[in-house]
Amino acid sequence: MRELITTLANGQTFLANLPEVVLNIIFISLGAVVLTTVCAVLALVGVYMERKVSAHIQDRVGPMYVGGFHGWLQTAADALKLLLKEDIVPALADKKLHFFAPILVFGATLATFAVLPFGRHYVMSDMNIGILYILAISSLVVIGTILAGWASNNKWSLLGAMRSAAQVVSFEIPASLAILVIIMAVGSMNLGEIVNVQVGGIHKWLIWKFFPFNLLAFIIYFIATLAETNRAPFDLPEAESEIVAGFHTEYSGFKWAAFFLAEYANMFMVGVVGATLFLGGWSSPFGDFMNSGPFQIFWIFAKAFGLIFVQIWIRWTLPRVRVDQLMYTSWKVLTPFAFVAIIGVGFYMIL
Amino acid sequence: MLFNFATALVFLIFGGLFVLLNLGISRILQARNPHPVKISTYECGELPEGESWIQFNIRFYVVALVFLIFEVEIIFLFPWALVFKDLGLFAFVEMMIFVFILLVGLAYVWAKGDLDWDKPQSVPAPELSQSYEQKEVTETVDS
Repeated sequence: MRELITTLANGQTFLANLPEVVLNIIFISLGAVVLTTVCAVLALVGVYMERKVSAHIQDRVGPMYVGGFHGWLQTAADALKLLLKEDIVPALADKKLHFFAPILVFGATLATFAVLPFGRHYVMSDMNIGILYILAISSLVVIGTILAGWASNNKWSLLGAMRSAAQVVSFEIPASLAILVIIMAVGSMNLGEIVNVQVGGIHKWLIWKFFPFNLLAFIIYFIATLAETNRAPFDLPEAESEIVAGFHTEYSGFKWAAFFLAEYANMFMVGVVGATLFLGGWSSPFGDFMNSGPFQIFWIFAKAFGLIFVQIWIRWTLPRVRVDQLMYTSWKVLTPFAFVAIIGVGFYMIL
Repeated sequence: MLFNFATALVFLIFGGLFVLLNLGISRILQARNPHPVKISTYECGELPEGESWIQFNIRFYVVALVFLIFEVEIIFLFPWALVFKDLGLFAFVEMMIFVFILLVGLAYVWAKGDLDWDKPQSVPAPELSQSYEQKEVTETVDS
């Protein structure tokens, strides 16, 4: 990113005259605008994909009319409809927090996009603690969820928010432990470096290293992130049959849409992180073949959407678990197995 | 490094601004037709009984406590994992002792039953009395 700024500034005289701080602010802002758009579009694509995949799993066709070809504009039309909806705030709600919650949720989701590596040079902020930053900032989403549930002053909302907090908090432990396995193997928290050791083909992916412990870590990471993004079969915070819509019961219009966009953007983020840590990130699975420039963006998107497809597939295949089963999965299955993975990788590296 | 964190902060702000901008557009476009029933708290059509800001189950606090302990432990594990390649056997044994102590803690919480949530109890179905069955049969015959 820095090199891009300096090369662009050197080419243009009117830009070169500006002080460096102003240049940095301009380029970071441009990047932020681009990635905000990408994030929103990805969420729309994710929603469309979910509807199409779920429809075909259930032997339906899904949206077919809006936009002509297989209803590809359906989600865009839905977003437009949500803009036109009346924004209803309950009279008893805490209005300031009610307003602030969706902003915090979407802002925190977008902040994780700053460090995602979409290619060797396509990363906005190449932090040396990238993965720790993602773990930290994605916890902000939970605070937004609790704010939403608390501010609504609605029993369903509060129940959903408390469930969501307990669930995300419980599954954060196995997810972090699974990520720890990768940090042990690579010796760096920088996402770019984690991808660099995996460049050179499918056999160098970290998922195969220290077999079977990294594979175990990947499975734990996938299940835990499924729960962290409140996806089925762990979508208890939004269980329609029990607590209406959970923490966003009292939200309507674009505030609700912000929660929805954040959920799908989070799914994509989790997919990219999973692909980066275990599946080679932006590197091509065929060694040097198709591994340059724009192809790197293609590969990371293909891998991330592959993982999103599996998430959707699981959602429409498995029934929702009960709360006690959820806690059982997290504390009594995933956490001990994550420790097994860490100790196993430690032994591998010592021997 | 500071440059990288500034980027992250800018992203956080832009995410908020994106929602604010769209809320502004929505405010201009939307129909506004407030009604006292519309802005009442949703409780499946019933009038809400009392506030919802109530005490909730103690279990949530227990889970939060256990989470806190494990998260602090993981924060300790992160720097260890970073330099693990160079440190070798001694660091491994030392960290295993640390992890073992925490696993004893997990085993204790497990044995105390604090990780168990209320399971739905299966209530045996009440036995149908003879007269009830008789009545149902006659009803079906009648209709």
